[in-house]
Amino acid sequence: MGVVPEDLTRARLTGSGILRTEEMVLNIGPQHPATHGVLRVIVTLDGEKIVEGEPIIGYMHRGHEKLLEQRDFRQVTNLLSRMDWLSGINNEIPASIAVEKLMEIEVPRRAQYLRVILAEINRITNHLMFVGSFGLELGATTPVMYAFRERELLQSAMEMVTGGRMHFGFIRPGGLKEDIPRGFVDLALRGVRQLVKFIPDYENLMMGNEIFKQRTVGVGVLPPDLALNHGVSGPILRASGIPFDVRKADPYLVYPEFDFDVPVGRSGDSFDRYFVLMEEMKQSARIVEQALEGLPEGSHIGAVPKKLTLPEGEIYSRAENPLGELGYYLVSNGEAKPYRLKVRTPSFSNISVVPHMLRGAYVPDMIAILGSMFFVVGDIDR
Amino acid sequence: MQDILNQIFANDFVILALKLGVLLILLPATLVLGWVELKLGAHMQHRVGPMYPGGFHGWAQTLADGLKFVMKEDIIPKAADRFVFSLVPYITMLGAALIFVVIPIGPKLVIEDLDVGIFYVLAASSIGVIGILMAGWSSANKYSLMGALRAAAQLIAYELPLVLTAAAIAMLAGSLSLVDIVEAQGPASQSGWYIPFVVYQPIGFFIFLTASTAELTRPPFDMPVAEAELITGAFTEYTGIRFAFSLFASEYISMIGLAAVGATLFMGGYLPPFPALDFIPGPAWFMAKLSTILFLLIWIRWTFPRLREDQLQKFAWKILIPLSLVNIFITGALKLTPWI
Repeated sequence: MGVVPEDLTRARLTGSGILRTEEMVLNIGPQHPATHGVLRVIVTLDGEKIVEGEPIIGYMHRGHEKLLEQRDFRQVTNLLSRMDWLSGINNEIPASIAVEKLMEIEVPRRAQYLRVILAEINRITNHLMFVGSFGLELGATTPVMYAFRERELLQSAMEMVTGGRMHFGFIRPGGLKEDIPRGFVDLALRGVRQLVKFIPDYENLMMGNEIFKQRTVGVGVLPPDLALNHGVSGPILRASGIPFDVRKADPYLVYPEFDFDVPVGRSGDSFDRYFVLMEEMKQSARIVEQALEGLPEGSHIGAVPKKLTLPEGEIYSRAENPLGELGYYLVSNGEAKPYRLKVRTPSFSNISVVPHMLRGAYVPDMIAILGSMFFVVGDIDR
Repeated sequence: MQDILNQIFANDFVILALKLGVLLILLPATLVLGWVELKLGAHMQHRVGPMYPGGFHGWAQTLADGLKFVMKEDIIPKAADRFVFSLVPYITMLGAALIFVVIPIGPKLVIEDLDVGIFYVLAASSIGVIGILMAGWSSANKYSLMGALRAAAQLIAYELPLVLTAAAIAMLAGSLSLVDIVEAQGPASQSGWYIPFVVYQPIGFFIFLTASTAELTRPPFDMPVAEAELITGAFTEYTGIRFAFSLFASEYISMIGLAAVGATLFMGGYLPPFPALDFIPGPAWFMAKLSTILFLLIWIRWTFPRLREDQLQKFAWKILIPLSLVNIFITGALKLTPWI
């Protein structure tokens, strides 16, 4: 920066004897511990108060949408799991659904059940990550270790099936790459049961803590109308009191067969967002248990031609990703590759309300707000 | 056993060597405390912590860390005020180490028994903040500046409750000298019973723990170095051994120092809990009490999230200071009773 401190804090005494202060522009990121990734925020500060905050995105732009046009429909899923790297399976599913709908492929029920199981386990591991790291951002180092203990078990269940821990590449148009191995059902059940058993621990450690409440209650309030205008979705929208969940509003896979609730918050502050995340893990655990118990026999993949050539046409397919609504707009011109695959990622829309929320907050609040907006930078930039 | 110990402690040369030893042992003590904190924190978080350096449960981890700091490149930013910037580690270390001059570790083991012992301790413990302010100002970095300003605000807020608690202790003991305060919790008390002041001063002990955590800028009061917000606050621009001394070494030495003050003021210092346990030497009791407070400080650090600066100020001015005034009132009432 090369700025001398005298310039930053120059305070002059005016005639009336009142100390006049000047605003300071602080550049946070792209390399900063609070932005977990390469988000950059330029804030104008009046003391510790934020006058204006502007997130600058694009530091991780990898040209995904162009790259997708060079892949066939099986390779597309592999690339998509690299957008929101915390929830790979959830990224892959709606792309395959789009292909299946255009080609009118019948997906076996077992495959649909397994997709739900994997997606919900992935949702839990994603939420656990944010539950832990939010504590870290508020200065509590212990919750993240607790969260990763449970995450580890579920991750190993995912690894058992897919062979991957982050980029799964397991969903194929028509079903799954392989059937589940022996022992997976037991491991997954153990994982979700251990999670449900230990969730009260997290709640006591974080939500029951007076300091945590002071840091989050009333901080970063997102009014429902503002959220709707900016296309906010997922747990952040639900924390503002709008019970919109694609799994209920526009059901896909076999979600209507399961019994689960959509948790909503009341005030839309950081605390509510955290609360919704915590409750969603419980609901996901319920879905996983129901699906594992009712897992039908059958094939893991439907009748799919070796070469996937889509008929001409276009389709929009959407799904409830852990972070919000994920949409794929697929345009096919009858070739083996997508002509265009436009991606609507949840984090990109969610992050657009941040400038409104930062106004008037303190610097530490900025950390609480950014931490509770639950974004993945790869999902913002693609 | 008792006779031999008495003979050893009667020797002036031994006493002098032990007094010097207290200061010489501080640096190795930070390494030990650093390792203990790593291990304790790890076990509180379902981890095992360092296991490899040195062989047995990674006992040499902090030594290896220190060595790493020594070998790092020493960088001073171009825009920095070089003189002030390089003076900082000395100031923070000085402030941390000065406390030990008046701490009685054994019956005769005190480097200098000042008449104004508590006053001196409180003054010395605030020197470190000057170091933080200097670091923040001289680094020519906005994060450093904000961290330094937070540290200054925090010091002003927390020095008051600390002083008021110490005042209550001085009232109980009738002296400012730390040796007299220890003795007042044992043979010199009115009843002659060995009752540590924490029994009369539970509120005072709570305020002391809170205020010293704030003074040490450790979580939940670590806003001046809040890594998620200000990277490392005032010490963002520091590297290598300068960083190690101005942040880690001074923090651990101050931690030991304040824990020693706590052990002296509230737990009866080197005195055994019962006169019958007199055969165990005083320094051992002192170490046991010191370790108890250190454990409490480490436990607090690994449990709580960080407060916000304005909330901390509110907590200090609206809760801790009125509470410590109430504490002084209670102490005054206690003085009227025949027990003290």
